[in-house]
Amino acid sequence: MATQQTQLLARTLLTPAVALLFIWMIVPLALTIYFATLHYNLLDPGSESFVGLENFRYFLTDPAFLASLQNTLVLVGSVLAITIIFGVPLALLLDQQVVGLSIVRLMVIAPFFVMPTVSALVWKNLLMHPVSGLFAWIAHLFGLPAIDWFNDAPLFSVILIISWQWLPFATLILLTALQSLDEEQKEAAEMDGASAISTFIYITLPHLARPITVVILIETIFLLTVFAEIFVTTGGGPGLQTTNIAFLIYSQALIQYDVGSASAGGLVAVVLANIVAFFLVRIVGRNLEA
Amino acid sequence: MARMVTTRNKVISTTAAWLVGFLIFFPILWMVLASFKTELEAFAIPPSFLFFHWTTENYVTVQERSDYFHHALNSIIIAGGSTLIAMLIAIPAAWSMAFSPTKRTKDVLLWMLSTKMMPPVGVLVPIYLIFRSVGLLDTRAGLIFILCLGNLPIVIWMLFTYFKEIPKDILEAARMDGATIGRELIYVLTPMAVPGLASTLLLNLILAWNEAFWTLNLSTLEAAPLTVFIASYSSPEGLFWAKLSAASTLAIAPILVLGWFSQRQLVRGLTFGAVK
Repeated sequence: MATQQTQLLARTLLTPAVALLFIWMIVPLALTIYFATLHYNLLDPGSESFVGLENFRYFLTDPAFLASLQNTLVLVGSVLAITIIFGVPLALLLDQQVVGLSIVRLMVIAPFFVMPTVSALVWKNLLMHPVSGLFAWIAHLFGLPAIDWFNDAPLFSVILIISWQWLPFATLILLTALQSLDEEQKEAAEMDGASAISTFIYITLPHLARPITVVILIETIFLLTVFAEIFVTTGGGPGLQTTNIAFLIYSQALIQYDVGSASAGGLVAVVLANIVAFFLVRIVGRNLEA
Repeated sequence: MARMVTTRNKVISTTAAWLVGFLIFFPILWMVLASFKTELEAFAIPPSFLFFHWTTENYVTVQERSDYFHHALNSIIIAGGSTLIAMLIAIPAAWSMAFSPTKRTKDVLLWMLSTKMMPPVGVLVPIYLIFRSVGLLDTRAGLIFILCLGNLPIVIWMLFTYFKEIPKDILEAARMDGATIGRELIYVLTPMAVPGLASTLLLNLILAWNEAFWTLNLSTLEAAPLTVFIASYSSPEGLFWAKLSAASTLAIAPILVLGWFSQRQLVRGLTFGAVK
């Protein structure tokens, strides 16, 4: 009897959260699907009509879509590569005996807490400005020509800023994982005469495989829809050079007011994110049972 | 001999770690320094690192010319409000799943996680249109509502992982001693749950404070939090570096402090317990 009561109570407590999330998930998504089948432009009200898959055909064959898909993939791939390639050695370094480690860790983690609009603007102006930026001055010291970052390598510039924001995240997660590595195992390997390199390859790296996967999946989810950094630095340009899918959809919806094709684009983004989410949910779910 | 090597290693790794840490932190430091320069010095080549005319005039101007506190207040209300409401909804849900799990609990949790995977841009259009038709555009209430829903899955997940670590035996012992559910909640559960509640609160304040998709798209002036206020400095007319730096320093300072306190919980919260 008591258990039945408890279960009823438990279900009552759970209901508001489930109901809210259900509405949050279903209503906007259903509307997006509905809008995606309409010819619907906010500048031309009253002309809404059903066009079937026309918006998808338009969005997917739009040259801007291919360009922005490519930019999205390059951006996500580069940031992932940079944060992992620099994050692993950095985490290994912070796992050593370091005097004042807590202060170093604070400095390393700090960029993650800086709001995207601030980090993008500070990098763009104070550091990367072709005339008065610090990088231009450093290049000058070495007798090199200054780089006009956002004109010569716009996408790379955006990648650089976003990598700076996410390197702390990767490092912190890898460091946390390293600290849970069994010291005895490493010591035993050393006693057996294993070199530092083979200890790293055969013990540390396999131990890091899972956290690296987690870093990749979570970063991908966030990086697929990078928006603010592009919004305040390049506005997607020059041309389409820094337009990713998220920015393309934004400009179709809120600049060109083309609700129909922006919705079709939104669904493409949902599908892309779901491919990643599928794997992430499985990994997390496996952990839930353990 | 072995000791010598250890000391040498320690010196090397300490030097390397401090060097890398300083490099990563440098853009923030550079911004803080620029906020105390005059506009002319902030722009000057060669730049001055420490020996410039220190001034706090930028901090005064930022408030006078652009009403900084209005946007700071918006940030506080939106981040605080959305986090508190999310906690109120999440605590009962996480409590129920942690202490009376059913066969479906795991599926419910994973489903909640999957709602977080929805890219916001996928539902930008309907949310924008709904907000426009019910007059929620550029209102604090609208942003609180959206950010609350957006962070709810993370809040529930974090609380769930913390609640699950509370040993059930203690609850049973309390029950054996004749404690009612109310007493059990106040005297036994709450004290053990406080650290988890605090760190969940902290992490979600940080996430909501820095959120820059919905805030940029759904607010312009009245309800604009600091993310949007800072973005207004991106307009080409009026590149005021020192003032941008002062406004930015003010905008990130509180969150940097909170963030440094919560760095351990960050890993757990953002990996949904997959890495602890």
